[in-house]
Amino acid sequence: MATTLERTSRRAGARSTSPNPRRLRGIGGWIGRILLGIVFAFPLLFMFVSSLKPDQQIFGDLSSIAAFLPVGNLSFDNYGAVFDRVPAARFLINSIGISAVTVILGVLINSLAAFALSRMRVRGKGIILTLIIATLIVPFETLALPLVWWVNQLPTLELDGFNLSLTTGWLDTYQVQIIPFVANAFSIYLFHQYFDSIPKELDEAARVDGASWFKIYRKIVMPLSGPAIATVSILTFLPAWNSYLWPLMVVQSEELRPVMIGVQYFFQLNVSWGQVMAYSSMITLPVVALFIAFQRSFVNSIASSGVKG
Amino acid sequence: MNSSSAPAALPATTPAVPSKPSAQKPRQLRKYHRREQRAGWAMLGPALLLLLLFVFVPAMLAFGLAFTNARLISPNPPTFAGLDNFVRLFADEGFYRSLLNVAYFAVIVVPLQAGVALIMALLVNAKVRGVNFFRTVYFLPVVTSMVVVSLLWLFIYRQDGLLNEIITKLTFGAVHGPDWLNNTATAMPAIILMSVWQGAGFHMIIWLSGLQTISAELYEAADIDGVGRWQRFRYITWPGLSSTRSLILITITIQALSLFTQINVMTQGGPLDSTTTIVYQAVRAGFKQQETSYASAISLVFFALVLIISGVQRYLTREKS
Repeated sequence: MATTLERTSRRAGARSTSPNPRRLRGIGGWIGRILLGIVFAFPLLFMFVSSLKPDQQIFGDLSSIAAFLPVGNLSFDNYGAVFDRVPAARFLINSIGISAVTVILGVLINSLAAFALSRMRVRGKGIILTLIIATLIVPFETLALPLVWWVNQLPTLELDGFNLSLTTGWLDTYQVQIIPFVANAFSIYLFHQYFDSIPKELDEAARVDGASWFKIYRKIVMPLSGPAIATVSILTFLPAWNSYLWPLMVVQSEELRPVMIGVQYFFQLNVSWGQVMAYSSMITLPVVALFIAFQRSFVNSIASSGVKG
Repeated sequence: MNSSSAPAALPATTPAVPSKPSAQKPRQLRKYHRREQRAGWAMLGPALLLLLLFVFVPAMLAFGLAFTNARLISPNPPTFAGLDNFVRLFADEGFYRSLLNVAYFAVIVVPLQAGVALIMALLVNAKVRGVNFFRTVYFLPVVTSMVVVSLLWLFIYRQDGLLNEIITKLTFGAVHGPDWLNNTATAMPAIILMSVWQGAGFHMIIWLSGLQTISAELYEAADIDGVGRWQRFRYITWPGLSSTRSLILITITIQALSLFTQINVMTQGGPLDSTTTIVYQAVRAGFKQQETSYASAISLVFFALVLIISGVQRYLTREKS
């Protein structure tokens, strides 16, 4: 008791003479951190823990701390039931495919455009860059509804057996979930910023040696742009994985649906909350795992996306 | 994509162009520049085409379709309808209701989320061991999809859900919480609370990057003068965050005005339209009722609103700093 008191008073004393007063030291700061930690972590903890419990126990545990603890009758039964109720495997594969293709195409196409704008003499590139950045002020929500009508007018090639035919309408396809989100003004802007920081002497030397522009892009600029690639990948992946409004409107067929649309299935007929929690955990844990593995890039990408406003 | 070989093959046609006498540049160099132009456009091409198709065209369409009678699926091409959609919109009670709801949401969420995020940023900005752990924890809801967050809180907010159980426990059975989402008075506050919970970690990161730009020397000088903690915040931290502040203000406002997912998953605008929003109205008109033209009119009004509000915010925050 005495030692803790001593320690706190020493800390309090240190605070006033601390060389870096931005440090919020002391007990108050830790109480704040822990309380906020509980507020932010416990609902997610509750979700995951409940996904392992039978419905009755979820409700039974609510009135005690057991709601947040993996105790009682634990099993993966809810996860099994999810696959019976929803074509969850299909949805997961769809979402993984859609996100992966969007990220790969997005990194490629946006970095190529940014490379030309940053490195090459292209007539009118000042205007082009300004126009691209101007699109950032338009929230997707304002474009979404005219865009639904528009994609329904676009031509599409259909392969029917060996017959290629031209039909109208992109509704209810994979491409409608991917192609509109590949080119992204903010990704171009981020790549452009990053490419500008790479010394141009490097590619001038390569030009003298007869390297093509594409070779400079591929062999010099891109290998030096790891952080920008990571940032753009994350900023493309998160909305692709989480997309809800768009597929809700443009995808009707069950076999084309992404994971977020799957939640609708749980509110038809009797709701099993254990299954809801299992499905929620299943579509959240991959992202959380990615986040924990690439924390630094995630945080940097979010910090830079704030600049967008 | 292969910008190196395509231009190399093309110049076979170019020598036919007679060189102008005024051109002093050696032919070789001009050819080189032309090739660079072509390669540049080849690299820009895909991105520009896609942006044109999926950003510029729909933006123009929002303007165009709002003045027609276009339907999502219709055998007839859209015809001009003048201001019909706008007349109908401004006579629609649901529209005013959605404006009010969104205003209510934004007026509370903007300061609350910015404030909570700032407190979090100050708490995790300290250079003490273990702070990184909390930074990660506060950030978890941000990487969780809003759909999942809405589902989870749908359960938490039930009459017999987690929140009410906790309230009952904490008050020793004296208070029994309401059925949060089925009550016109509590539905919106419940959605506000959940939205702040989900979004605060995002803005914590932006505050943090702002805090890191403030020079440590200022704090050292303040320390020598024996300035208290509150005054240090008031006269160094707060002014030092002025540009971050306007950034945060604008991003949260736009995010708040676009409120949709939470509503669609949790309340469908109810009870009694107490949580309906502009984007929710637009989606209902454009998707459920297939009235693209009416939805475009709503989108247009929404865009004008976003533009005006963020313009005013930019102007006000610029004047102060």
